[in-house]
Amino acid sequence: MRKLLFESLFRRPFTEQAPSADDAAATELAIAVGLAARRRLGRSLSIREIDAGSCNGCELEIHALNNAYYDVERFGLRFVASPRHADVLMVTGPVTKNMRDALERTYHATPNPKWVVAVGDCARDGGCFAGSYAVAGGVSQVVPVDLHIPGCPPPPINILQGLLALLDQTAKNVAPT
Amino acid sequence: MPSLIDLTRQGRQLQHHAPWPRSVVDAPVWNIAASGLAQGRWSLLGLWGEPATVHMAIIDEPAAEIAVVSLDCPDRHYPSIGRHHPPALRLERAIHDLFGLVAEGSPDPRPWLDHNRWGMRFPLADRIDSLSNGLPYRFLSAEGDGLHQIAVGPVHAGIIEPGHFRFTASGETVVRLEQRLGYTHKGIEGLMIGADLDRAVQLAGRVSGDSTVAYAFAFSRAVEAALEIVVPDRAVWLRALLAELERLAHHLGDVGAICNDASFTLMHALCNVLREDVLRASNTAFGHRLMRDVIVPGGVTHDLDNRGTQAIQAALDNIHRRFPALVELYDNTASLQDRTVDTGVLKPALAKQYAAGGYIGRASGRSFDARRTLAYPPYDRLSFDVPVLNEGDVNARVWIRVREVEQSLSLIDQILERLPEGPLRAKPGHLREPREGLAIVEGFRGDVLVWLRLRNGRIERCHLRDPSWFQWPLLEAAIEGNIVADFPLCNKSFNCSYSGHDL
Repeated sequence: MRKLLFESLFRRPFTEQAPSADDAAATELAIAVGLAARRRLGRSLSIREIDAGSCNGCELEIHALNNAYYDVERFGLRFVASPRHADVLMVTGPVTKNMRDALERTYHATPNPKWVVAVGDCARDGGCFAGSYAVAGGVSQVVPVDLHIPGCPPPPINILQGLLALLDQTAKNVAPT
Repeated sequence: MPSLIDLTRQGRQLQHHAPWPRSVVDAPVWNIAASGLAQGRWSLLGLWGEPATVHMAIIDEPAAEIAVVSLDCPDRHYPSIGRHHPPALRLERAIHDLFGLVAEGSPDPRPWLDHNRWGMRFPLADRIDSLSNGLPYRFLSAEGDGLHQIAVGPVHAGIIEPGHFRFTASGETVVRLEQRLGYTHKGIEGLMIGADLDRAVQLAGRVSGDSTVAYAFAFSRAVEAALEIVVPDRAVWLRALLAELERLAHHLGDVGAICNDASFTLMHALCNVLREDVLRASNTAFGHRLMRDVIVPGGVTHDLDNRGTQAIQAALDNIHRRFPALVELYDNTASLQDRTVDTGVLKPALAKQYAAGGYIGRASGRSFDARRTLAYPPYDRLSFDVPVLNEGDVNARVWIRVREVEQSLSLIDQILERLPEGPLRAKPGHLREPREGLAIVEGFRGDVLVWLRLRNGRIERCHLRDPSWFQWPLLEAAIEGNIVADFPLCNKSFNCSYSGHDL
């Protein structure tokens, strides 16, 4: 372990690898998110993720935001364990009827001001699951949504982009929900 | 006791069911099948319903023989399998919720997928628009001095899928865990009915996001079996490449995540860098990080070009270079081993009884791997080992994954070296008369089963069985006697799918 830790002292961090076009975009985006988040919320934006019946694809990509390449925590974007600690609810899935109650209760457990980001195509309107007896058909059917991030699933870079869009939008609105 | 083939001969064999036989049997033969399962002669692969029929897929593992037996139940009753063979219990509860068919003599008739929220009952049969039956779900009891309950979920603390866990604990020690699932039930089998193949394969690829390749693979193979489609060679090999990339990415992620749940974050960080490399290479090669919608009935939609090959090669080289040091780190960190060794032990007898697939079965002495046992192409032409351990603890499940990462690396090397040229897709034709197909594909988590009946180019009925159906109940057994704080560790080492199970 010492060897690995020692190496990491001298190795360039993964987050600053020689950028391909994609990596450059990530860095640029990361700086922009950092500035906007700071203006709005000081240094922190706490996100509570809720799976409201997704296939788990979106969760995998949201997870990836925490890996060393994207490392969202460096901008003060933090995933928290309780809605009580959250500024943003990040909701995935078409909202199954079996999850509807839990989503509503989580929303009400989140203190104001709060924003809801719906992630993924099925979170918009049910996507390919729309019309099923078992789904409500999109997050906005159940709680007010401030932003949709499309994709099936959206890659981590698009989720970061979406958070930036949210920060811009909320900076313009005086009174968020 | 007859052999599995003899059993199917005691019923009416269907002509258009491929590649294994399906036979409509009567109740006595159905019960013979149940006792064969109960005695451990055969294993249960799946149990599913139609409005007035129940089907059961059975495997004779040593002989690698598979058969489907079906029982017509016009009066909506059938003899319970779960009464003799507990792995069938949750499947029977699901059949009741979706079709209203009653498993006679079942010791557990509680609802499973139906949480009383759909506004109807029996949605896939003669649906009844109904109001709530008003009864709260009855959890199993545990009695004794000083026991307390801990209720967790459906919304969990991490970025994971929803489900409810009810722990009964004595101090720190878990006395009983009971799961309640079904929260992510989307009604996929309902949406499948009447869908054309394009839509159906898209739905199949969204049953469980982490197994999108495995599901599309299994679905496509079932269609191809039903319609007797011959898939071009290049597509066959590309499918295995996709499947191994998927396995590689998730195994790497799991090894890191398990260590993370033992608060060893260094492994988590370094494993996830390798995982991200695989996802990016997959994106370069096939246009999607999870390789969604690439496998379709008849072949694949996306070819592999030089750029893709190089990206995969680069990711592989990186893993070859870095992964051994991580394995050594895992092996030599006593504080980590202290958490994983002897924790969450799953006994081999239970793994066998439940026909537990994937790393869960293989860490508890069950050597089944669909790639080897059923040897579907191109795995019949590839060389690989199926690692098996007998300890059944968290540590064993980590090691199986580590060994499988090594095997997948070797498989990908072989595929890239021998990838044949040629067309990518055979166009599926339409047949008027009903055709049925069954397929089993080894996903990273275990064997995914898809059974379907096609008529006139559309799905008449499609059943998708996630490996988690037979793994979730075992987690309840493995956690018993462990401390509550080790539950995340045990749970992650199982890494069962919620969405794949809930459908």
